[in-house]
Amino acid sequence: MAKTKKVVQLMPTDIKEELLKKYPPKVARKRAQQIMINEATEAEAPPEILANVRTIPGIITMRGCTYAGCKGVIMGPTRDILNITHGPIGCGFYSWLTRRNQTDAGTDGDNYMPYCFSTDMQDQDIIFGGEKKLAAAIQEAYDNFHPKGICIFATCPVGLIGDDIHAVARKMKEKLGDCNVFAFSCEGYKGVSQSAGHHIANNQVFTHLVGENEEPKEGRYKINLLGEYNIGGDGFEIDRILKKCGITNIATFSGNSTYDQFASAQHADLNCVMCHRSINYVADMLEIKYGIPWVKVNFIGAKSTAKSLRKIAEYFGDKELIDRVEEVIAEEMPAVETVAAEVRPHTEGKTAMLFVGGSRAHHYQDLFAEMGMKTLSAGYEFAHRDDYEGRQVLPGLKVDADSRNIEEIEVEPDEKLYSPRKTDGEFKVLEDAGFEFKHYEGMNAQMDKGTLVIDDLNQYEAEKLVELLKPDIFCAGIKEKFSIQKLGVPMKQLHSYDSGGPYAGFKGAINFYKEIDRLVTSKVWSYLKAPWQESPELTATFVWE
Amino acid sequence: MVLLRHTPEEIKERKALTVNPAKTCQPIGAMYAALGIHGCLPHSHGSQGCCAYHRSTLTRHYKEPISAATSSFTEGASVFGGQANLLQAINNIFTVYEPEVIAVHTTCLSETIGDDLNQIFDKAEKTGKIPEGKTCIGAPTPSYVGSHVTGFSNMVKAMAKLAEPSGRKTHKVNVIPGWVEPADMAEIKRLCGLVGVDVTLFPDTDGVLNAPLTGEYKMFPDGGVTVAQLKKTGDAIGTLALGEWCSADAARWLDAKCKVPCTVLDMPFGLAATDRFIDVLRTVAGVSVPESVAFERGQLVDMISDMHQYFYGKRVAIWGDPDQLISMCEFLVSLDMQPVYVVTGTPGKKFEARIKEICADKPFEVKVKAKGDMFLMHQWIKNEPVDLLIGNTYGKYIARDEDIPLLRWGFPILDRQGHQYFPTVGYKGGLRLLEKILTLLLDRKDRDDPETTFELVL
Repeated sequence: MAKTKKVVQLMPTDIKEELLKKYPPKVARKRAQQIMINEATEAEAPPEILANVRTIPGIITMRGCTYAGCKGVIMGPTRDILNITHGPIGCGFYSWLTRRNQTDAGTDGDNYMPYCFSTDMQDQDIIFGGEKKLAAAIQEAYDNFHPKGICIFATCPVGLIGDDIHAVARKMKEKLGDCNVFAFSCEGYKGVSQSAGHHIANNQVFTHLVGENEEPKEGRYKINLLGEYNIGGDGFEIDRILKKCGITNIATFSGNSTYDQFASAQHADLNCVMCHRSINYVADMLEIKYGIPWVKVNFIGAKSTAKSLRKIAEYFGDKELIDRVEEVIAEEMPAVETVAAEVRPHTEGKTAMLFVGGSRAHHYQDLFAEMGMKTLSAGYEFAHRDDYEGRQVLPGLKVDADSRNIEEIEVEPDEKLYSPRKTDGEFKVLEDAGFEFKHYEGMNAQMDKGTLVIDDLNQYEAEKLVELLKPDIFCAGIKEKFSIQKLGVPMKQLHSYDSGGPYAGFKGAINFYKEIDRLVTSKVWSYLKAPWQESPELTATFVWE
Repeated sequence: MVLLRHTPEEIKERKALTVNPAKTCQPIGAMYAALGIHGCLPHSHGSQGCCAYHRSTLTRHYKEPISAATSSFTEGASVFGGQANLLQAINNIFTVYEPEVIAVHTTCLSETIGDDLNQIFDKAEKTGKIPEGKTCIGAPTPSYVGSHVTGFSNMVKAMAKLAEPSGRKTHKVNVIPGWVEPADMAEIKRLCGLVGVDVTLFPDTDGVLNAPLTGEYKMFPDGGVTVAQLKKTGDAIGTLALGEWCSADAARWLDAKCKVPCTVLDMPFGLAATDRFIDVLRTVAGVSVPESVAFERGQLVDMISDMHQYFYGKRVAIWGDPDQLISMCEFLVSLDMQPVYVVTGTPGKKFEARIKEICADKPFEVKVKAKGDMFLMHQWIKNEPVDLLIGNTYGKYIARDEDIPLLRWGFPILDRQGHQYFPTVGYKGGLRLLEKILTLLLDRKDRDDPETTFELVL
């Protein structure tokens, strides 16, 4: 199928029409606003896209829930906090080791990642309330494991029956004395996707953890890396590069992270935001409370990695760092360029579609571009308008009922600890030179004119897109993987990387080039038809030798 | 390097905290069962995360597309009830995906707020949202009761409720296979065919979750029991339910409501349970068991006798679901192996009693726990080790830490292949289990034997 080229050149408007054709009118009206033809030009503003809105019941979505965003994504990768899911067994079970957050247990050896802890609520807990069981579970966790911190995650029924998990957490924190206990009201029905869970996690980590360790951290050029989850070891590769440059990473939110990293995050002098969607709240709060400015970075793609390193060096403005960064880039790039040149004859001109996450659908376009591949269509699973159109749309965003339910916490400058990292004059010099703080231009700006940007893509539309545009590769998650491959098109998971990775940084770029080369050149997709299916007519009788 | 480094040898009683569960929640069982209906789209009536988690887990287990829809509850639906969401979902699903059946299961969320599926279906029917000839079935699957096994059983019961007895008996026998793999369902059908019994197997995921790669994506693959076949189950001469936990409820319902008598058997894993299954089949059909079946049986007995010395006395820790564990423990005991630790997360005192009965008067003492967890089992192992682990993929952490071989058998298997294609039920399945067990035990022997006793021939 990948071999057959389309005969008619379809216009983006035709494709959009085709995607909407079968829907009931109400569904079609809503989806029409979430499927955007990217027609941005210099002169006019790009069209608006509808994002971060409810998924339509019955339409097979890629999205998960608030609990998944909170427990699964943000809090899951912290190795020395013991996470207890308060609810029936399922939610804890499904989020047990299923994201590929790699972890180094370090010298202290604390690592609860391979464990699943749950209150396993039963019907009597639903009827009579689960607070007592939760308190007992926290006590049992403490008695068996003595962790530094215990986090409690609410599942759907907890909110409905009115268990006050925060009160239980406060009480137990006081009782235990040397264990920080706090809770997340991340019931699955809140918000419209995982995104609400990210926000809830950000709030609680900021309230209960950040700033707790007042002891200054050693090291030069101190940064936090926000929104990097160490899937397939991405964070390890980024840390390797940072270390090589002499940059000190105080805290990663939250791949391969520890309690102490969060608790010490206020000691950094710059916040580097990878996944804008999931973590920009913490970046903003760190700036308001402690005066740490933030910049958007991207370590997916070799050129993007180099650019991000230069950005960090430029911020610190120290010649030693600027030179060192250039040295590192010069050292790392030849290996990257060698592999890029090897794969390019196979990948040049090939096409991709990316529907994933809140940042990856954007970041991975850089890697495909480095291989000469074109992105035909892309979209996020749970992002907001600013992730598509850029942060300049933020002031105009309407807060709907679903977003209003997610708490916005009030943060004020800390009387003792707030300190601007640079003088107004220094900031001005940087900004005049084109340095952008708190800036994210979004995905759309980078995409070609006439490409399709689709929010919350569903199974039906995915199948139609593949049928109509016949991409050489399709990227999404595990749920989408095999329906796409049944169509004879290779599918690369960009949530879990299909057990591959790392794909971040310089070494990651090499891994990704090789992986995509494998996928788009594989002969596997040519085996779909048996010889007798290729030519079913018998044209002659068999001749025995 | 130790993975589960925080698991202490000392066992402290836990009443509130489950650690490393040996079960999951009801809805995923309902979703799996519903995939065994031809042309069916499973639907999760709850938050969209439930559906995403179940689809992901089933996809990782089968490496096949798992389509299912959700009511995508928001805070509003959780307060005012999910009727509007489900009605809209039914309309959208029949319009966009055109399944024959929508099989709805509830979740802890919709159960807690008290949504009534039948009343919502009634409303959907009256407002024309269910097209002519299409079907909606529903199963209550509160996640805070039982386990994934309970959810499977509840959805199978919802399938049985489609029965429309006409008063004229057919010559067919209903067989409810329980939660087994697509390959096992195919094997059960094959065995029934060999003996000469015409069966309706439900659910039947053969041809659904082991589909070929052809370049065409069929959202509803060719396999599965049809609604027409399910309607006729009320006219069958009887129902064979394989597994008390998975299948008996549906069979008893058909007995009580449609006067279709039922027999509950153990799942046909291993020699004795398969013998009982075949014996019942021949009695039901009133035929002699064909030589071809006796031949397969003889092959299994042959391998047991040939390799008995390697099975003999080996200590096994096994976890999973009650019906499967009962038959497997019986099989292990028949090989003179010793299932010393047996754990299921599914509640049921009857399970503990049955396992104790199977292991009674044997030269070992069994520790068995229903509503137990893998953390407890690991602690048992730390206190006195075993030679073999049998269970799902989560056991690989214990296997590596304690350096014990693991036979992946059960649900979910996330890191190995084959369960979709090769059965473990029946005599052939017994052979496959023995082959796998032997390979694990003998590979270990070959790895560990010193030079002096390392041997070519085993």
